[in-house]
Amino acid sequence: MTKVSSIPRTSRNSVLDLVEMSLRSVNQLLHDTRDGDFLIRNPRGAHAIVCGLDGNLKVTIEGHVGYYCAGMNKRAHVTVIGNAGTGVAENMMSGIVHVRGDASQSAGATGCGGLLVIDGNASARCGIALRGLDIVVKGSVGHMSAFMAQAGRLVVLGDAGDGLGDSLYEAQLFVRGAVKSLGTDCIEKELRDEHRAALRTLLDAAGVRNIDVAKFRRYGSARKLYHFHVDNAGQY
Amino acid sequence: MNANEPRPMTLPRYSATFDLHTIAEIHRAAATGIYDIRGFGAKRKLPHFDDLLFLGASISRYPLEGYRERCGTDVTLGRRHAKKPITLKIPITIAGMSFGSLSANAKEALGRGAAVAGTTTTTGDGGMTDEERSHSKTLVYQLVPSRYGMDPDQLRKADAIEVVVGQGAKPGGGGMLLGHKISERVAGMRTLPAGIDQRSPCRHPDWTGPDDLEIKIRELREITDWEKPIYVKVGAARPYYDTALAVKSGADVVVLDGMQGGTGATQEVFIEHVGIPTLAAIRPAVQALIELDMHRKVQLIVSGGIRTGADVAKALALGADAVSIGTAALIALGDNDPRYEDEYRKLGTTTGAYDDWHEGRDPAGITTQDPELTKRLDPILGGRRLANYLAVLTLEAQTIARACGKSHVHNLEPEDLVALTVEAAAMARVPLAGTSWIPG
Repeated sequence: MTKVSSIPRTSRNSVLDLVEMSLRSVNQLLHDTRDGDFLIRNPRGAHAIVCGLDGNLKVTIEGHVGYYCAGMNKRAHVTVIGNAGTGVAENMMSGIVHVRGDASQSAGATGCGGLLVIDGNASARCGIALRGLDIVVKGSVGHMSAFMAQAGRLVVLGDAGDGLGDSLYEAQLFVRGAVKSLGTDCIEKELRDEHRAALRTLLDAAGVRNIDVAKFRRYGSARKLYHFHVDNAGQY
Repeated sequence: MNANEPRPMTLPRYSATFDLHTIAEIHRAAATGIYDIRGFGAKRKLPHFDDLLFLGASISRYPLEGYRERCGTDVTLGRRHAKKPITLKIPITIAGMSFGSLSANAKEALGRGAAVAGTTTTTGDGGMTDEERSHSKTLVYQLVPSRYGMDPDQLRKADAIEVVVGQGAKPGGGGMLLGHKISERVAGMRTLPAGIDQRSPCRHPDWTGPDDLEIKIRELREITDWEKPIYVKVGAARPYYDTALAVKSGADVVVLDGMQGGTGATQEVFIEHVGIPTLAAIRPAVQALIELDMHRKVQLIVSGGIRTGADVAKALALGADAVSIGTAALIALGDNDPRYEDEYRKLGTTTGAYDDWHEGRDPAGITTQDPELTKRLDPILGGRRLANYLAVLTLEAQTIARACGKSHVHNLEPEDLVALTVEAAAMARVPLAGTSWIPG
């Protein structure tokens, strides 16, 4: 497991302690706020923490979080110094969500925009039904990741499990390690210069340095299933 | 027998098992290798509200004056948890139907008609259009498995949220929108390439099972600051357990859609062979609510084959708080209108049987994205027709309720009903007419 470190305190941090405050009051305060830095202590695996944010907020959560942390995030920069449960940053629209530990299933599910960075591993269905979000996973991802992914990018520095990119639409997948198997209609594609350049930019944004982008392999849709045809029925 | 007399002939005899429709389908399947896809709901004969009758008042029951005494029709949804429950003037809502499946004009017409009638419309796969939001006074926003178009700003603009687990036409199936209807605008809203066949997932991407659903609902409440009523919609399959689990998951409202409920596009075999009739679903759902002490606290909306005020009244008498209409609303807008008979013929069908809503060639301009066809539906006129139809449904339900001595349609009860068939008696749990026998 990725080592969880503490963060530096500054006088600009507003501390919200979930021992002293309810989840509802913390979320409401953040919904009513358009900017500022916040440190959330003692999340203790709470579900739906800092979901629905919409503002130039910088929120750091010191500890592990439950389901749907930073769900539907807009503009905010959320850092989780710990592990995240199912559906972290689900349907996020913009901003940055950074999980310093591991993420459970469906990380970044249906995400539409912004950047999700996972320092550790992500479990099954990472980036499922992706719709424009960029996800960078520094470890590995589980099975059926990027299932039906429509747009956006999933970058995996480690390995990918079974069924990567099953029923893929127009999302782009980049994996540096091994892919256990590709899903239906997902194929390897040539990694050209423009892809390497875009990958370099994305990795820089995710804080990943000293990585040879040429070692990634690119995967995308074969587009054979875009129109239903009986001859393809056996592919499922 | 005189040799010159005509010999008696055996009349051609059709098989009840291999009827003409079945034979035609076998021929079609053999020629194409693909199953039939269509819109509409189940077309087979099913036990339905037609198999129930109201008893009306008698010596032991006192009726209300039809034109002089008030019979309330309002219903409030979402009192369990929502800070802002919604109150409807009539207990009839418009079911979820997507922009994509329907034209923008059709969505606008639904919004206009519902707003006049004092009820809600509901989005569908693909999110919320500006036309729909601006013309629907009260709008329910669906969270569907595909999440096409899901946007937190739209979520916050909605008046209620409906988590769609399934629908009556296809419990266990996902949405389907074929390429003819994926226009640039529809594709853009769904982040899909234009013109592809879109087959939506049948499962939500980030939760499985009732424990997860409970957390998902909590997230939706947190995102919207606990303001909005949250519905859970299920296709009628295991209504007792699904209702109990929806309540356990924190739903404010349970929407129960029977197999007669319509769809924009689904396999015929799915529509006709999966799920249970609306009539069979209501009482088990109400039983679950009563056992949990949640009847009338968590509201039950029933849909699937509601056509008349009698259907509305019967659903309410069996314990529903409201009903929802989809197919009937489209018919009110002009679907299957005889004035398009020539065009239905060209499409290989006829008025009353047109169900190829998935092909995008609807002569009435409702289930299409074709720019020329969509012009045929005037959204203002369509809205007026829908408002008229909703008014008739409401008046009819009130007429029956008054005859049963009820000052509010919610006061109708199973005791007001009898069944015409043993099957309906067993499903609706009311006596067979003229007896005190409730089978089962």
